[in-house]
Amino acid sequence: MNIPDSLRYTKDHEWVKLDGNTATIGITDFAQGELGDIVYVEIETVGKTLDADAVFGTVEAVKTVSDLFLPVSGTINEVNPALAGTPELVNSDPYGEGWMIKMTVNNPADVEGLLDAAGYQQMVG
Amino acid sequence: MKNTAFTQKHLAAGAKMAPFAGFNMPISYTGINDEHAAVRNNAGVFDVSHMGEFILKGEGALDLIQRITTNDASKLSAGKAQYSALTNNEGGIVDDLLVYCLEPNKSYMLVVNAGNIQKDWNWISALNTAGVEMHNISEKTCLLAVQGPNATKILQPLTEMDILNLKYYTFTKGKFAGVDNVLISATGYTGAGGVEIYFEDINGAADIIWDAIFEAGKTAGIKPIGLGARDTLRLEMGFCLYGNDIDDTTSPLEAGLGWITRFTKNFTASSILEKQKSEGVKRKLVGFEMIDKGIPRHDYQIADAEGNIIGKVTSGTQAPSLQKAIGMGYVTTENTHTDNEIYILIRDKKLKAKVVKLPFQ
Repeated sequence: MNIPDSLRYTKDHEWVKLDGNTATIGITDFAQGELGDIVYVEIETVGKTLDADAVFGTVEAVKTVSDLFLPVSGTINEVNPALAGTPELVNSDPYGEGWMIKMTVNNPADVEGLLDAAGYQQMVG
Repeated sequence: MKNTAFTQKHLAAGAKMAPFAGFNMPISYTGINDEHAAVRNNAGVFDVSHMGEFILKGEGALDLIQRITTNDASKLSAGKAQYSALTNNEGGIVDDLLVYCLEPNKSYMLVVNAGNIQKDWNWISALNTAGVEMHNISEKTCLLAVQGPNATKILQPLTEMDILNLKYYTFTKGKFAGVDNVLISATGYTGAGGVEIYFEDINGAADIIWDAIFEAGKTAGIKPIGLGARDTLRLEMGFCLYGNDIDDTTSPLEAGLGWITRFTKNFTASSILEKQKSEGVKRKLVGFEMIDKGIPRHDYQIADAEGNIIGKVTSGTQAPSLQKAIGMGYVTTENTHTDNEIYILIRDKKLKAKVVKLPFQ
């Protein structure tokens, strides 16, 4: 299972990459594997300012639907446009081409409070 | 949780396992879409040993089957099978099943859903007033479904029985991969063609047959298939899944199973169903495809253009072969005509769909 050291993680299986006060967010390799073939990513919260743990979208696999939770509070700026036509990018490249949103975080220090790679690895076993 | 005789094979093949009807079953191996395509275009092997098998024997066997099932089993000659349903006293469906005629009037095999084995056994036993000999052989019976357009070609070298030319809903029994008493039927629930293979797991038969099938199918690229793809395959065909699309509260006529409901004989609640047929049912199971973007799921509500609730989704998925979102659900009878626009309530949205003919295209 791929858990890059450079990212931060949540217990809900999202990853966060911070660059200044902009964060890129997606779901982990573990999460995509558990969900199976992803067929639809629905995120309609662009422009919204939400609290940490708020539902910012849903991801639909062939068999299941799962909510997406915002790792830290902030404002959602952009949804990965490629996912509209090729949601399977989340399966094939969860930390790269399959990213889901970019957001401006209220407090960059919040990201430091998330799980690091070792902590996430321990959680998923 | 129960295992099947193939659990170690699934684990060795890297299957994602999950509990289903009390069994530890493979849900997928390489991914539902990939497995689905393998069955539609080539060949795949499903372990469906969790299904239940009952043998009914004796002079009264046919009479009992006729009294408890909707289809007309008197039409079956040796080597023929039929799809049928057990009805309850209200005309609901206790289970859907296959009836195999081993010997006319004397010996039959009923194949029932895993989740209903005990319920069906109790139900049939209670109605067995004439002392028909009943055997529940579910635990010792292995069942592999080998499905897909290349399935019979791959399997034919393993047996002298003619399975290439086995007609739909007929079966034969004999030696397969060196194992005696293997029943092979041209059935399955995928719409992709192929056979189902029943045998008893004695003297390592399960390992022998599993390995022989994969060896025979190696060059053709045969794959193990999980229950996830089984569900998408059956749904594309518009086949009902017990517990989703049909249950104790749905009648076979509402479910579009009028074709297996024969009023040429009396069976449990046949008078109720006959009345339903002549008066017309109030709701019917329909297939629909999404026009707006969204994926219907079990239990989502269905509304009309004005927002009145007209029914409920019973099955839904993104259909791998069709590249669109499809579903089935019960709607009020006035809303069942083809191309009728209906709305699926998905989370906080009302998304447009239209009624289509089954199977989905």
